[in-house]
This record gives sequence, C-alpha cells and structure tokens, in this order.
Amino acid sequence: MNLSDRELALKSIAYRRSMLRWIKHAGAGHTGGGLSCIDILNVLYHRILRVSPESFADPNRDRYIQSKGHCVEALYVVLADRGFFPEEKLHTLCQYDSPFVGHPTRAVPGIEHNTGALGHGLSVAVGAAIAGKKDRRDFRVYVLIGDGELAEGSNWEAAMAAAHYSLDNLIAIVDHNTLQISGRTRDVCNNEPLDEKFRAFGWQVQTVDGHNFNELTAALAPSDDIRTPRMIIANTTKGKGISFMEDAAKWHHGVPTDAQYVAAMRELDDALVSMAKSAGAAR
Amino acid sequence: MSAPAPSMHTPQAKAMAEKLGLKMGRANLEEFAETLLLMAKANRNILAVTSDSRGSGKLGPFAQALPDQIVELGIAEQNLVGVAAGLASAGKTVYAVSPACFLTSRALEQIKNDVAYSDHPVKLIGISAGVSYGALGSTHHSLHDLAVLRAVNNIDIVVPGDNFETQEVIRQSVDRPIPIYIRFGKAPLYDLNAPTTIFELGKSITLRDGKDIAFIATGESVTHAVLAAGALAESGVSSRVISMHTVKPLDTQAILKAGRACRAIVTVEEHSIFGGLGEACAAVLMQAGISIPFQIAAFPDEHTVTGSQADIFRHYGISMEGLAQRAQTLLRLDSR
Repeated sequence: MNLSDRELALKSIAYRRSMLRWIKHAGAGHTGGGLSCIDILNVLYHRILRVSPESFADPNRDRYIQSKGHCVEALYVVLADRGFFPEEKLHTLCQYDSPFVGHPTRAVPGIEHNTGALGHGLSVAVGAAIAGKKDRRDFRVYVLIGDGELAEGSNWEAAMAAAHYSLDNLIAIVDHNTLQISGRTRDVCNNEPLDEKFRAFGWQVQTVDGHNFNELTAALAPSDDIRTPRMIIANTTKGKGISFMEDAAKWHHGVPTDAQYVAAMRELDDALVSMAKSAGAAR
Repeated sequence: MSAPAPSMHTPQAKAMAEKLGLKMGRANLEEFAETLLLMAKANRNILAVTSDSRGSGKLGPFAQALPDQIVELGIAEQNLVGVAAGLASAGKTVYAVSPACFLTSRALEQIKNDVAYSDHPVKLIGISAGVSYGALGSTHHSLHDLAVLRAVNNIDIVVPGDNFETQEVIRQSVDRPIPIYIRFGKAPLYDLNAPTTIFELGKSITLRDGKDIAFIATGESVTHAVLAAGALAESGVSSRVISMHTVKPLDTQAILKAGRACRAIVTVEEHSIFGGLGEACAAVLMQAGISIPFQIAAFPDEHTVTGSQADIFRHYGISMEGLAQRAQTLLRLDSR
C-alpha cells in the first residue's frame, strides 16, 4: 500500500480536482482548509494508518479523528479513493437525506467520530488512546486539528491529560495554515508559539512542511523511542495548489464561480503536465 | 460542609413516614457507588471516569479496589465527557461521574456531540443534582439539566427516587446501547419500593393508587409526594403517586391514565419549572385533549432562595405539607 512520492503527488492532484468538483457541485464546502490538509490525509491514508474498509470494525485498527471537521470534503475524497464508498455517492453532498453532510459523521463508512464543533477531537482521541492502553492493543490514534481551532480551551484540557497518561499511541497533527475565517490566526487571537506551548504541556513536538510527503511520513511514522504524545505541526498553505486561493482567508468556505472553477482545474492540469515533463527530463 | 445536613422532613412528616411503614435508607449516591463497585469487580471493561470528583462521588473505595478501572482527568469536565466518548468508542463501558451542575452545563456540547450525536453509549452520572449542594449556592445547583438534555436526542434521562431505583438503573444501564444521563442527590432517602418491584426503564412505578389527586414525581421529591398522599388520606383525599424515574423516554401511558382517572394532577421535581417533568406531562395531557386542574411543583424562575437543600425544598413547598396543601387547592378548583 506504500506509494511512491510521485504516486502520492498524482493522488494529491486528483484529490484536489475531486474536492473542487464536489464542492462546486454542492455549492458549498470548506475549500481553503481542505486544500491545506489534503497532503496530510494523503500520507496518512496511504502510508501510515492501518485501516481499510475491510478492517474498519477491527478493534485493533488505527483511528483517525478529524477534529477540524469542516474540511470534510478532503476526507470524503480520500476515503472514497481508499474504497470506503464509491465516489459517485458524493453527488448527494449536502443534499436532502444524504449522509454526506458538511461535517464528518459516522453515517459515512470510514468515519470514526462526528465532529464539526471545534475543540472536541483531541479529547475523544485521548479517550480512545487510553482504551488502547487499558486493553493492551497496539493501535494508534491520529487526530487532525486546525490552528485556529486551538483557541478552544478544551484542547488544552485534553493536552494535559494526554501527557499525564503518557499516551505515546496518540499523534496529533496541526494543520498550521495560519489562517482562520476572520483572518490571520495571530491577529484574531494569537495562540503562537504552538510548538513551545505543546512542549510545555509535555508533548514531543516536531514541525514539518505539511505539503512534503517525506517529511510528513517521517514525522507520522510510529516511533518506539518516544514515550509521550506527539504533536506534528504541519506548516501548510490554505488553498494550496490553486494560485488564487492560496493564503487567502476568503477561501475558507469560498465556492468557486464557473470561471474560477475552470481556471482552478486548468492549474491542476498544468501541474500534472509539469510532473510528466519533469519525469521525462529525469529519464 | 461537614455539619450534618438538616433533615428534609418536619417531625410531622417523620411521623407520617413511620405510620406508612417507610424505612430510612441511605443516599442514592452511596447506593450508586457501591453498585458500581460490585459490577466493576465482575466486569473489568467497566471504567469510572472522574473530574476530581471521586470523593464527591463516593468512589474512594472503587479507586482503592480497582485502580486500573478509574480514569482521573482533573477539574476538566469538557475533557471528561470527550474522553468518556473516546473510551466508549473503543468498546469500554464508561461511567462518567461528575457533579450534575458542571457535567450538564460546562460539558453540554460534548454531551450533545461526542456522546449523543456520535452515538457512543456513555453513562453520564450527575451527582449531587438539583439543590443537593444547597447552601453552596446556585453555581452548584443543577435545575436546568432535565430541560437541556430533554432537548438533546439519543439520550435517556433517569432520576431514581430511592435506593432500589438507583441500584436498578445502574445495573440496567451497563448493556444499554444508547447514552444515558442518571442524576441523583446525596441526602438519605426513605425506601419507597419493595425489593420485588419490577423496574423497567421508561415505565413508571405507581407507588400508591388513588382517584382524587395524582402526584407524578421524580427523584428525591417522590418521597415528599408519598408523605403528602399519606397526609391527604387522613382528610379523606385519595392520592395516586407515580415515581416517574425515567424522564425520557416518558411513560406517556401512565400520565394519560392518571389524567383520565384522577380529578387533578400535581407534578413534583427538583428542577426549574421550565422544561422538566412538569412541562413534559402537561404536553402529554394537552395533546391528548385532557384538561384537568394541573400544577407543577418545582423551582420558580428566580434566584433560588439560599439555605440547605431542606430549607430550599420547604421554601418552595416541595414537602409533605406544601404538596398536600397544593393538592387541596387544586381539588377545590375542580369542585367549583
């Protein structure tokens, strides 16, 4: 199941296309944050998580909880690609009586926990990780948190508990795109420096490029040497991959116009072409 | 806090309890703690999760006997409920124990989303509920919890009226596949049920049958209704007393039957007059077209009077005397 960097890069382009397609189709979605976390999900679901549609009921499966639930479209396209459900089902995204609502729910195959209200995922992940310890199971719990989301105080309650119980089976990732709906996180209500804060809370902290597959893989891989919970601060760009969406708060839940949609898809096509060219040059 | 709590009953009420043959049991809190310990000894999958509340929850012996089955999270109720949901998601049988006042307001969003909406069958135990903490003031009272949780779907609500009902609901909660909120206080209570009573969640218990007035009560206020029924009998008034231990799902049949068989209804609860058992019963009766004199004995929309739990109950007429008087007033209305 381990894909090469090139295969992952191709998948990331395909995921970005799918995400935009379904968001455009539904007329709603969290575009900017989905584009910032898609490479993280790509690495998790192709290189890290021991989970599949067949093993989803297995008590030993790895857990992934998406605390920043609003970026659910990114999760939907990755789960569809991993075979949890046919991607065509996303035709019903945000429609009447569809399980594919605008935040994760367990009604969708592959989803562990209902999220959407911010500041909930880490506590639930701590609970699952404690259960793993109690039952001597070797599963790991991964949780993705937004940097703006870290303003919710419940995260810090959970961070304390995770360190108190030395949950080395818990790996949290911050999608550190430095933007939230109203603007720059440091301007809205500064919660930096995140690395020092989590270190002070007793976590092992690592900062990586959240769009670099190798850095993500190295940071997310299991480690026998670390005896504390781990925080991976993944530096990302909101709107990554579409030039006019990058690093702009207005794309938090912006839906592209027809012209913008066409332009975005062209950029992703260009990215594919340049990948093919560079592969040719390398040969 | 260490001074003995003033009695919930006047000498007259105590005399009535004696006349009715009621024996004083212990606090529901103690019954809960002992029952949970017994069950947890037999079932290692059971966990008690606390927010610095093992003392208030009488879980000291539990922590000592089963240190691996208690998870302490410190004074952090939001995390308490989130962690409980995570534990339940991984198959543990989880009792999250915290004072009702903090559990159901501080952690309401976690209850709504991580437990009820996510369908993780956590057992939420609201200890020292209602005005159990009496003189500690309104920060420590939970007079809103039934109202807010009634409006959250996928969670049952149980308020046991004596030790028997407490033990039964704790035992029956273990394997229930949906979330449940169980709340009780810490004052010693009279035993109201025979140990042979059949206890079913969602089915009320008729403790006394009668045709003039029906008391539909829940939790620690049931005792006062039983005593009021005894007092009313002395003046020739026949009372039905229903222990509505399950507030959700509500035993609507018992309410309708009372509405058809009796001349008036008084509901009794240690809760705000808004959104609790009383309004739930009123809605059931009204939607069935049953209109009889009806009153909600509960706590009014004001800053709660200060004092012990007993003082507060007496002040608002949740006592043998207060309830008997209320019933007489309603019945006079009915005879006009």
